[in-house]
Amino acid sequence: MEKKKGFRFYIQLFWSTFTLSAFTFGGGYVIVPLMRKRFVEHYKWIEEKEMLDLVAIAQSAPGVMAVNTSILVGYRMAGFPGAFFTIFGTVLPPLIIIAVISFFYAAFRESPAVSAVLRGMSAGVAAVVADAIIKMGKNIVDEKSVFSTLVMVISFLAVFLFDVDVKIIILICALAGIASMLLRRMKHKNNDAGGKSA
Amino acid sequence: MILLKLFWSFFLVGLFSFGGGYAAMPFIQEQVVELNGWLTMNEFIDIVTISQMTPGPIGINAATFVGMKVSGVLGAVIATVGCVTPSCIIVLGLAYLYYRFREIWVIRGALNGLRPAVVALIASAGLSILLTALFNGQVESWLGISLSQMDIAAAVLFAVGVFVLRKFKVNPIYVMMGTGVAGFIIYRFVIG
Repeated sequence: MEKKKGFRFYIQLFWSTFTLSAFTFGGGYVIVPLMRKRFVEHYKWIEEKEMLDLVAIAQSAPGVMAVNTSILVGYRMAGFPGAFFTIFGTVLPPLIIIAVISFFYAAFRESPAVSAVLRGMSAGVAAVVADAIIKMGKNIVDEKSVFSTLVMVISFLAVFLFDVDVKIIILICALAGIASMLLRRMKHKNNDAGGKSA
Repeated sequence: MILLKLFWSFFLVGLFSFGGGYAAMPFIQEQVVELNGWLTMNEFIDIVTISQMTPGPIGINAATFVGMKVSGVLGAVIATVGCVTPSCIIVLGLAYLYYRFREIWVIRGALNGLRPAVVALIASAGLSILLTALFNGQVESWLGISLSQMDIAAAVLFAVGVFVLRKFKVNPIYVMMGTGVAGFIIYRFVIG
């Protein structure tokens, strides 16, 4: 993945993750739709499918989801130096904000003005995430694969309604994917064998 | 010495917090409150609250907060570096393997299963965020919902946000800033 890029590109990479991270309230998955919007839709640097692969990889490693995903995006775009710039961009905003807040956090926590702004913003974050989910869900359904749609619906019900452990869902879906691929390959082989004997 | 200890504690937090988000919370609490006594339980709850109110993942926030308290800015930086180091090593290893082996059918099959699952996980997290926003953190699941408790202003902001995003494809950051300003006006002067 090592690619030679200009200094401006690294700055763009850094600035993208910096601004995304600065607005990622709620942590975890909120940054994923935002990154997707920036890197897949806006810059068109990464394909939709590859982005989802990167998220799956980020999810299966320990640590902070936002950091993991940005490491992967940086590495994908410009190898190790790229990963360095995206980690830096992701970590810097919370580092600065919390360091500043730690000086006067009691006042911050009790400020009605701050909590009013944050309350309004949480509705905005929900809207951004909803918009991204609609698009991603539509992309999966548009694949017209019964398998993909079923996996999506069942995983959603499992995690949202039944609170099933994310690790278990990841494991089962990966195994189901391998099994369906195996079935497809066996079918192909049988067809080939049939074709030859005929 | 204390810096080394900070680094190592948050290295462990980074290494063992699977599942993202608040899954890391019990582990941070163990390291920071119980084992090392860097924060009291109340201070720990404060940092969780602040994490909900500010951008940034809770792991990084806790690392920065504890680091600041224990030994200032240098401590904050060391603890944060400690927290992301395990991710860097493991994720870069996985990324290397992915780009090397993604054409192999077993890997392709596994990824085919994971892609729709990832969309489902994001959808579930998104719905929890929506519930928190619409009910001001009062309801955690569909079971406890009663429409009379719903924050109408938040529902309107949400609906307008989705409409603007889908219809005009604006930058999401403007939507968040807009709802922030609207929230300030509504909750500070109109309702609150």
